[in-house]
Amino acid sequence: MDIDVKKIANLSRIRLTDDEAKALAPQLSNIVGYIDKLSEVNTNGVAPTAHPHDVAMPQRADVVTNTDRRDALQQPAPHTESGLYVVPKVIE
Amino acid sequence: MPFSTLTDIQAKLSAGETTAVQVAQTYLDRIAQYNDDLNAFVHIDPEHVLAQAEASDAYRAKHDARPLEGLPIAVKDIFCTQHGPTQCCSNILKGFEAPYDAHVITRLREAGAVLVGKTNMDEFAMGSSNETSAFGGCKNPWNTDCIPGGSSGGSAAAVAAALTPAALGTDTGGSIRQPASLTGIVGLKPTYGRVSRRGIIAFASSLDQAGPMTRTVKDAALLTSIMAGHDAGDATSVADAPSFDWLKACEAKDMKGLRIGKPKEYFIDGMNEEVRAQVEAALQKCQELGAEIVDISLPHTEYAVAAYYVIAPSEASTNLSRYDAVRFGHRCDNPEDLEDMYARSRDEGFGSEVKRRILTGTFALSSGYYDAYYLKAQQVRTLISQDFKAAFEQVDIIATPTSPVPAFKSGEKTDDPLTMYLSDIFTIAVNLAGLPGLSQPCGFAQDLPVGLQWIAPAWQEDKILAAASAYERATDWHTKTASAFAGKGGES
Repeated sequence: MDIDVKKIANLSRIRLTDDEAKALAPQLSNIVGYIDKLSEVNTNGVAPTAHPHDVAMPQRADVVTNTDRRDALQQPAPHTESGLYVVPKVIE
Repeated sequence: MPFSTLTDIQAKLSAGETTAVQVAQTYLDRIAQYNDDLNAFVHIDPEHVLAQAEASDAYRAKHDARPLEGLPIAVKDIFCTQHGPTQCCSNILKGFEAPYDAHVITRLREAGAVLVGKTNMDEFAMGSSNETSAFGGCKNPWNTDCIPGGSSGGSAAAVAAALTPAALGTDTGGSIRQPASLTGIVGLKPTYGRVSRRGIIAFASSLDQAGPMTRTVKDAALLTSIMAGHDAGDATSVADAPSFDWLKACEAKDMKGLRIGKPKEYFIDGMNEEVRAQVEAALQKCQELGAEIVDISLPHTEYAVAAYYVIAPSEASTNLSRYDAVRFGHRCDNPEDLEDMYARSRDEGFGSEVKRRILTGTFALSSGYYDAYYLKAQQVRTLISQDFKAAFEQVDIIATPTSPVPAFKSGEKTDDPLTMYLSDIFTIAVNLAGLPGLSQPCGFAQDLPVGLQWIAPAWQEDKILAAASAYERATDWHTKTASAFAGKGGES
């Protein structure tokens, strides 16, 4: 199958160089060609797996359990100011 | 001393024959001597290691020893630890220091363990050879021209070369069991939901599970007994998981009455014939120990790799969207605008295998393809689970080879991603079905270790531990050590 690598890369927010895109195209085609094997399986009426075990999602009491750790959590950020994340201008 | 088990070290510490500081120093010396040959550790802070050991000795002087008191344990670079870097062997997390400990790390610390450093791995755990690490590949102690397996290759190599008596790994499609097999050690992937995933950097959330990598089955049981348990901070950690006495399960001396399933789909044309012969011999040994070998079929096995390479990349593509250069991780220089910042930072930060998986996953989830790939794969996953359920009506446990081949040469499969993906052909179905699996050494092929894989129904790790312990007692494969790393450095 021909895959539009640049389009998929754009959806993934990864800027590929032309060389990278060229190298990836046949690899992705190979991988997708292999996973096409799934079409051989008759899955009529088979429920898709949503969780490996037959368990209900747990619930907890609606109370605050986490403390304010803003400084520690922002410490790894590339750029913060006054407790806010700084990014390039979005709206002119 | 260096090739001691956790249990041996525990006995010596309790008897007062050694101290946690002496034990830690032994392994630090060996790491200093051998790590350059292996690249098993990507971060070591000797002062911090010794400080933890001193604290453990001080604790022991005043209190009853905790379950892992003074025992050195290495940690795969995927577990968040508050002290030192957590980088998942990726440039996108270069220099990242986690603001909290993973739940598992908290449990180990509270049990008195001494964490000895971060081990090498495939970038974001995506790989079967440790060659996708941004910090360079890792070598197999049995033959340094060969890969140690992956993705927990550094943990495997470190245990196999006795740079640590035990290590933590994670297993999404075989990343504990396959490297354990290729380096001749024990690796256990617990039942999905047994161990909290909080603070473990996510790859594929419905498949990821952490587990121990050790020299013996009992050590694996000891570590898992501490790692396991409900954590309200992980919604997939199961609250009322069936439990048992982990160490007692390892007391089995025979296999009388045990029905072992031998699935024909795991003994296939094209697998290494020496591997096949070693695993057949291991099953023969099980029969001598009283087990009955039952031929079974898991008919959807041949679709497991295809289903996995839809589901795992799809989950990865969403999980890795968090690397947006805003809250943490690499940010490119001088971004033109927000889009440019995302796209260029991610191009610079991710390695090629990670990009391949993100793109595969994005494709599988994209408009027009979702039903044909993602939905279909989840339906096939149901069929794979049903195969196991049907098999466990007939047998108590299943035994297979862990890997179709012994360790391969570095560089041998890096040009062909698909061939690399097929390395996990015997381990992936276990993750898809959420079952527990263990690999233990059962011989050699081409002078490289071969692993025997045990698979049990969900929550029945005790059956695996019993069978594997009985086999271990009856054989001496687990006592073999890589000669290049034997002796020298840290005898005590």
